[in-house]
Amino acid sequence: MKRMGNTEDRGMTLIIKTVTRITLGFILLYGIYIAVSGHVEPGGGFAGGVIVALSLVHVMLAFGKEAALNRLHASGLRVILGLSTLVFLTIVVLGFRCRGLVSEIIIPICQAVITASALFAIFVALVLLSKKDRDAEEGK
Amino acid sequence: MIEIHLILLFMIAAAVIAVEVKDLLSSIIAVGGVGIGLCMAFLVLKAPDLAIMQLVVEILSLIILIRATIRKDVPFSVSGRWVFNTTSTVIFLAVFLFAAYIALKTVHQFGSPEMRVLRTYLEEAFPLTGSLNIVEAIAINFRAIDTLGEATAIFAAVIGVLAIARKSARRKE
Amino acid sequence: MISYMLCLVLFSVGLYCILRKRNVIKIIIGIGIMEYAANLFFVLLGYRTHGRSPIYAIDQEIKSMVDPLTQSVVLTGIVLGLSVTLLLVAIAIRIYERYGTFDITKITKLKG
Repeated sequence: MKRMGNTEDRGMTLIIKTVTRITLGFILLYGIYIAVSGHVEPGGGFAGGVIVALSLVHVMLAFGKEAALNRLHASGLRVILGLSTLVFLTIVVLGFRCRGLVSEIIIPICQAVITASALFAIFVALVLLSKKDRDAEEGK
Repeated sequence: MIEIHLILLFMIAAAVIAVEVKDLLSSIIAVGGVGIGLCMAFLVLKAPDLAIMQLVVEILSLIILIRATIRKDVPFSVSGRWVFNTTSTVIFLAVFLFAAYIALKTVHQFGSPEMRVLRTYLEEAFPLTGSLNIVEAIAINFRAIDTLGEATAIFAAVIGVLAIARKSARRKE
Repeated sequence: MISYMLCLVLFSVGLYCILRKRNVIKIIIGIGIMEYAANLFFVLLGYRTHGRSPIYAIDQEIKSMVDPLTQSVVLTGIVLGLSVTLLLVAIAIRIYERYGTFDITKITKLKG
């Protein structure tokens, strides 16, 4: 129990950290590929977004909470998320017939950004919630 | 279609294990088995988009469920009126399945759908939208409002989780 | 017909779990199983015997594809099911933190 509490903060063993460092770029690239190539192959924006969120979760599980959150630039992410949501909303509400670049690249990228950030935010909130709970449990 | 029957039987067996086993971690892993069976069923039914989607969603929900239940192993409790509750539930399910059997007789035969509306989608998807994948064309171009509602639902889930997890509510005893 | 009935049997397994079990995590699992069965039923309704997946290729006929509309609807439904599951997990963690148990019958007794 005590050992598991420590691994929560510092991350996992050296092997897992090294493998994560190697595979992280490939997982991110695969997510973006799935999101962008959704118009010619099976895939789509939401599946790509979930894969990107899974890569972030992977980093967080391997390196611990602090290291993963330090790598993210929160303000820039907030700007990108708001911008993509606004673009998506504008395209859908205006309702022009989108084809070519708009429907093949822009909408899947917006979907992927929205899904990835939302799911990662939920994961962080749940991890923080259960960690507070665990600390309170050990304190008693 | 013997393979879809086999996959469905595997899914039912995994679901029964997930419902009846006493350890919570084993139960969640059995639910992962149901999800992987669903992914195989989508592949057999010629829906590769849904197979990819189901696989990644299953992995994410499995991670989060395990994070939620790890080290919180509560003993299994059996209520007092076990016979009455189980009997009434089984009777209700039998009635439900019988009514569903009667209702399913009016549905078309398996393997020959009526595609009146869809012919338009199938024939005009590529000329109108320029996309080879018709499922994506429907999801993004023809039914974009659906996709907007999907994004709205995700944002609603984020707001709900953050409202549940905020600090002021947690401090109140 | 047999496929439809097996799918409904899967649905009723999830319904039995919701109606009968007392653990909150088990109830979430039951809701997940019902969602899987509903998605599968939609895709089963749109299947065509010896059909192709709905992606254009060079030489093919339009008539031999499976139904893409149900697949598009299920694509929405999977994401909605994921959101519902995450929200329920958050509520379950809060319940465990407040009452120290996952049993729904003990939650009402400890209140106050």
